[in-house]
This record gives sequence, structure tokens and C-alpha cells, in this order.
Amino acid sequence: MILDSKIPEGPLEQKWDNYKKKAKLVNPANRKKLDIIVVGTGLAGSSLAASLGEMGYNVKSFCFQDSPRRAHSVAAQGGVNAAKNYKNDGDSVYRMFVDTLKGGDFRAREANVYRMAECSLNLIDQAVAQGVPFGREYGGYLNNRSFGGVQVSRTFYARGQTGQQLLLGSYQALMRQVGKGSVQLFSRHEMLDLVMIDGKARGIIVRNLDTGDIERHSAHAVVLATGGYGKIYYLSTLAMGCNGSAIWRAHKKGALMASPSWIQVHPTSLPQSGDYQSKLTLMSESLRNDGRIWVPLKENETRKPNDIPESERDYYLERKYPAFGNLAPRDISSRAAKERIDAGFGIGPLKNAVYLDFSKAINEQGKEKIQEKYGNLFEMYLKITGYNAYEEPMMISPSAHFSMGGLWVDYELMTTIPGLFALGEANFADHGANRLGANSLLQASVDGYFIAPYTIANFLSNEIHTGKISTDNIEFEKAENEVKQQIKGFININGTKTVDHFHKTLGKLLYDYCGLARNEEGLKYAIEEIKKLKQEFYTNVKVSGQGDTMNTELEKAGRVADYFEIGELMCYDALTRNESCGAHFREEYQTPDGEALRNDSEFQFISAWAWKGENNEPELIKEPLIFEEIQPTVRSYK
Amino acid sequence: MDLHLKIWRQKDNQSEGKLVNYDLTALNPHMSFLEMLDTLNEKLIVQGDEPVEFDHDCREGICGQCGMMINGLAHGPLKNTTTCQLHLRSFRDGETVLIEPFRADAFPVKKDLKVDRSAFDRIISSGGFVSINTGQAPDATAIPITHQIAEEAFDSAACIGCGACVATCKNASAALFTSAKITHMVLLPQGKEERSNRVLNMVKQMDVEHFGHCSNTEACEVECPQGISVLNIARMNYEYSRALFFRKK
Repeated sequence: MILDSKIPEGPLEQKWDNYKKKAKLVNPANRKKLDIIVVGTGLAGSSLAASLGEMGYNVKSFCFQDSPRRAHSVAAQGGVNAAKNYKNDGDSVYRMFVDTLKGGDFRAREANVYRMAECSLNLIDQAVAQGVPFGREYGGYLNNRSFGGVQVSRTFYARGQTGQQLLLGSYQALMRQVGKGSVQLFSRHEMLDLVMIDGKARGIIVRNLDTGDIERHSAHAVVLATGGYGKIYYLSTLAMGCNGSAIWRAHKKGALMASPSWIQVHPTSLPQSGDYQSKLTLMSESLRNDGRIWVPLKENETRKPNDIPESERDYYLERKYPAFGNLAPRDISSRAAKERIDAGFGIGPLKNAVYLDFSKAINEQGKEKIQEKYGNLFEMYLKITGYNAYEEPMMISPSAHFSMGGLWVDYELMTTIPGLFALGEANFADHGANRLGANSLLQASVDGYFIAPYTIANFLSNEIHTGKISTDNIEFEKAENEVKQQIKGFININGTKTVDHFHKTLGKLLYDYCGLARNEEGLKYAIEEIKKLKQEFYTNVKVSGQGDTMNTELEKAGRVADYFEIGELMCYDALTRNESCGAHFREEYQTPDGEALRNDSEFQFISAWAWKGENNEPELIKEPLIFEEIQPTVRSYK
Repeated sequence: MDLHLKIWRQKDNQSEGKLVNYDLTALNPHMSFLEMLDTLNEKLIVQGDEPVEFDHDCREGICGQCGMMINGLAHGPLKNTTTCQLHLRSFRDGETVLIEPFRADAFPVKKDLKVDRSAFDRIISSGGFVSINTGQAPDATAIPITHQIAEEAFDSAACIGCGACVATCKNASAALFTSAKITHMVLLPQGKEERSNRVLNMVKQMDVEHFGHCSNTEACEVECPQGISVLNIARMNYEYSRALFFRKK
């Protein structure tokens, strides 16, 4: 199989314009003949559903939460990037493109990354017009701050709740269309299968989570904007419901999965404090603008942080990466923290954290200024830990966060299944092997507002004569029966261990063997262990309740069943990439001073994987990455 | 630590509910309230009983999905805190804790502690937005907004739509939720154009959904996890009167 990324012709800065000039349109009168399903109501899903509704298509929007406003984009804290250059500090679309490509360790497509930077300008305008209350200067103009991996201030923010405010903007746009009747909303519905007819995506099977009813929905195009699968690690910064099921089930129907092992471990989450823990809470990266990260110079230090004099502290990021210091990119910062913790310098009750210290910033700027910038994050820290971070440093630790991997998509954001699109974190595009902070809200938003509306129209222009797609089709019946069988299967196992037990065990395996660091032996071991665990799950899981009623345990069982398969593929992916790049750090491939050692001559490609059936190894298909504009260099933040 | 729990169990909207007693021992005080419920559920599942259904997702105080009455208080005893951010250190060892769903006519119980809050979505759908289509927005700096106004708008926009204000109000009024959106929008120049239609439509929708009227007890502000001020309600009332006054006959 040869992957066609459909990158338009012409110089980099003209590719997107060239595409738009040539993309086919759908006449407004024909749009109402076309149905589109959008799964997920985060930034990508709600902005797309709203946009398509405005244009006059029939849109069905699905989410598993009780309201589209709860999608996990809501939790993003620090900001959204845009190359507006309002600070006059040398920013530009080109610089943002370079920063993002470099930040992603030169494992993303140039054309996609450039388009994201280009569209960033419009996003800020769109959000402000919707009433997003971004931080402002006293004169009334928009303010910016810095994020990791860059040396300019290009991050727009709404206190520490930027994701919430952007999502409310797109949610409100969506609800406006719901009110007008152009979008039909299905909350508390979970997609359980993709329906294909004659090789095209033509619908989905969903479970109504309130009633347990299995429903069929047809469309001329299906869009998955379902976020990432980082919750596979169980302990992560993601919401409890985040999962990979929608994309995984599409994968099993033929859509390729790209770079599944690239999952970002965020450097600034709160550390684990006990076995009962259900998640790790993120502290925004924006804190690293003013917070200094350090560990004690002495191993197994027992003194309280404020009792440790300056001379006995190791500000390891400032020491190792003087040019970027505390703003070194996430993969670098996370690994640096792990290295110090593993070497015995970790702090906190479980010795699994490092300090993020604001004392210098408070001395220089005053507590009030710090409070205004990060007040809600300090409050959140106090609520969760019981400690006051104005008085002593925060304890932070790396934890699983963002999946750079996802469904393989071409430049049009279409998967290898015609008519199936993947947006935002659900696709693999734009971030490469590591995502720069504040680019996730951006990618999700521009995919939904500015890219997919053009590319989906281009696809739909060939569908105007298709006519209504019947859900009586045999393919719908087949898919529905498979879903019902699976549900019955889970209920009938009636074993002794809970779904969460399996999820936690899988998560620990992945943290240990396919987490911040990986090696060949560990990955091979993990693949075998995951297979065993999966087998045990199917013989010994206990799912109480019934299939045809509200049943959260059943929902979780389906997600964990998919996690076993995703986890296995993550390990295969990590095993075949004999290099270190971005979030993927293979211990066998590092420089003498412990930095990632990339291998461009052999691994300058995107790994796209095809499902080959239950007990068969997946097939690796390579999409070569061709760099025309900038040549990959060794990443250095020193 | 040990806790005695009295939890509202209700099979579905048609069934009668009742309080059921559960005892948990050896709990870690650093555990969150929802992690305590997870622990209970693990126990129930292994015993072959159905776990307690409750809504939650982000578990960091921002998605707005969690929410229950804990000892008669929406989201429990702490000020400005969602249920997911409440930890057992806020309870006494051996304490009896009463856990019930948010109650309001407009929030029918779905199962156990889960309620239907889609009425909030319909209020937003009736006018809680700026009517701008995608793609052609003017430059973001074209209309300056002072720092103070942006911050004030943010204070109102920060509502997470959890419904605690409704649950704690003796009239089950949605005035705080609705007024927060109206204030957020009317403070910003982008939202001013539609101010009259917005407030009239949203207030009308509150009635359609059977939310009660506000009688200024201010209980909503006390229990709001985001500290949304009742001054928003005053502004909504002003906007409503203003809209009626200027309405074109």
C-alpha cells in the first residue's frame, strides 16, 4: 500500500491557498441533501459541527458526556498559540512553523505544520469575535506569554482556563446551530463501530448511554474528533472518560493508525500519592514562565524545601539547557525530571517529584502579580494537595498527557477510508514526535473551523447524487450485531476482577516499558504481558449490571478491551523505531550525555499501521517525510 | 479513616429511590471524594452488586460534570470547590456522610446520583452566544477591550455549568447560571449587539424548563464552585428591564 498524503503543489506558503483555490464546492441547494456525522464535541468536533451547520449541511453531533460543553478540551489551561507578533519580538508564521517542526523532532509533515501556523492568525480573530475573554494589556490589546520550546511570546491565554473559554466559544456556536435545527445533538451516546458500505464510511453504531439502546446512524461522511488515548496509562492528566475506542474501531475497519507510541509525558503534573489514585492533575506549563524547577543536590534529602539553601539546590534545567532553561520543551523537561528522580534526588513522600519554585518570582514581582497570572492554579494545587504554593514550592512530576499518534490522515484530514475524517488529537498530524505547549488547542480548533470545512466539501462534492443512505443496509445490521455480541460477552464473563483492575495493570506495564523510556527487551516483554492480561480480561473480568440499561462499568469494559490492542500496537511501534525522537526515547539510542539520538537516514518516516486481525502482527507501512524547506538538525536547547 | 455513607440509590427516573447505608474502612485522607466512591464501587462490583452511578469526567474541577449533595451541601463542605476536588481530609474519622443527587424539577434523576442537566444546554441554545459565522471574523485587536472589562467578563464566563446553583436554591432557579452567560456576553463589545434578544430569549427558556424564580437568598453564590457573583443576577434583571423598555413593538 502506498500512502498518498495529497500535499498540494507549490511553495510551502502557497500550498493551502492553492488547495483552497482548486477544492470543489457543494452548491448550497445540494448541502441539505448531505448528512455528516461528527463524533466528539471538543474544540475540533464542536467547531466543525457548528461550521458545517452554518453552511447548511445536515449534521449529527455525538458526545458521551451529558453536555457537549464537558469535552476534555475544557481542561486545557495555559493557552493557545498564534503567530500574531503582537509583542514585536520577531515572531512570524515561518518562525512558528520552524519551532513546531523542531519541537516535534522533525517527524511531522512540513505542509501540515505550516498550515497550522498560518491558520493560527484566524483562530484568535474567530475566538475573540465569539466573546472569548483573552488576557488583555491595560491599553485594551491582547496579551501574550511564553511557552516551552520557543523564545517568543505567542501564547494567548484566558487565565489558566484557556481551553474552557475556547471550548465555550465553540460549544456556544454549536448550540446556536442546534437551536436553529441545522445540527442534531446526541449527548450521552458513545460510538461503538464504524459502518462501511462499498468501501466508504457511511455511518456509525452508537450506544445510548442512558438507555442502553443500540442505534444506527447513517451519513455521507463520518468525522472522528474524539481526542487522544493517553488515558491508556490509567494515571494520566486526561479525563476519566477519554478513550481510544472510536478511532480504534475505525482502525479495525481499515483506517491506518500512525505513530501510536508517541504519547507526550507532561513534565508538570501533580505526583502520584497513593494506589487509590484515579488521575494525575496537570499544572499548566505556563507556570514555567515564572517557576524555577529544582531538586536538592543531596540524595535522599529530608529537609523541607525552604530549609535547603540556594547553594544546595540543583536547577537542573537551567544547568543543562541554559538557552531555554525552565522553558525547555516538554519531552526534554520530562526526561530531565525522570533522570533526577531515578538518580535518587526525587522529593516528596514517594520520592517521585521535583520542585517548581515561585519564591524568586514572588520576591521580584510581588505575590499579587503571581496571583493574577496563576491564581486559579495555585488554588487548585492547594485543594488537591493541601499545600500553599505561595509559601513553599509545588511538587510536580511527569505524567502521560497527549497522544501525538492517532489515525493516519492525508493533507485533507481524511483517513485511508474514503469519507472518514479524523480531526484534532484523534489524528496523528502536525505535532511530530512531541507537541509544543499551546499547539493542541490550536490544532484542534483550526482543523474544525478552517480546514475540514473545505476538505470535507471537496469529498462531498462527489456525493450529491448518492441519495439518502439507508440504515437498513446489511452492513448496518452486521455492525450492530457485532456490537451487541460484544456487550453480551462482557456481561456473561462474570469473573472476579474489576475493569479498573485491568486498566491499572495495563497502565503500569505501559509506564514501565513504553513510557518515558523504552528498550527492546522491555517492549518485547510488555507485548507478551499485554497479551496475557488481555486473555485474563476475557476470562475473568466482572461487569455487573445489564447491557440494556445505563451501565458505566460496561462502558469502561469496552474501552479497556480496546486499550489492550492499542497498547500492544504502541509497543510494536516503539520496537520498530530504532532511534530516539521526541516522546519516544529508546535507551539504546542516546548520546553520551543522555540526549535523544535521532536517526534520520533510516527513520525519517511516519509509521502507519494496518490491522491484520486478532492474533496477527500488525503491518507497518511507511510514509517518507520529505523536507523541502528546512533540513532536520539536531535539536539543541542548550 | 472510616466513613459511614448514606447514598441515594434510584434505579431510573420511574422508580422510587431510597437511601442505602455503606461502611468504608481504612480510607486514606488524601483520597478525593470521587476516589472514595470508586473504592466503594470496586467493593460493590466484586460482591456482585451494581455500583453507584455518578457523573464525573475531568476530576480537576473544570468540566462541571460531577456534582452531588453532600450532607445537604452542593459539592460538599468546602467553599468554591467541586466534588472532584473535595478530599477526605475535609471529613472527620467515623463521620456519617449523606450523599444525594442534585434535586430540581428541571434536573430529573437518571440513576442514583446522575441527573439530566440538558436544560442548561437549551438555555444556551436559546441565545447564549454571539451570532458570528466561521471564518470571516475581524482582526482581534480591531476592538480594544480594557484589561478590567476582560477580567470582569472572565469572572462571569468562568461558570462551569455544574448546576450547584440550581440544586442549592430553594426555588431551583437557574438565575445564576443564565445571568453569568448574559453578563459575560454583554460586558464585551462583541456581545453587545444582541443583548436585548439574548436576555429575553434566555429568561423565557428558563421558564420553559421549569426553573423557579430567583428570590435573592444568595445561596447560589455561596455554593458555586467558581465563586460566580450574584451581582450577575442583578445585571440580568437590569438587562431584562432594559430590553423590555427598548423592545420594538
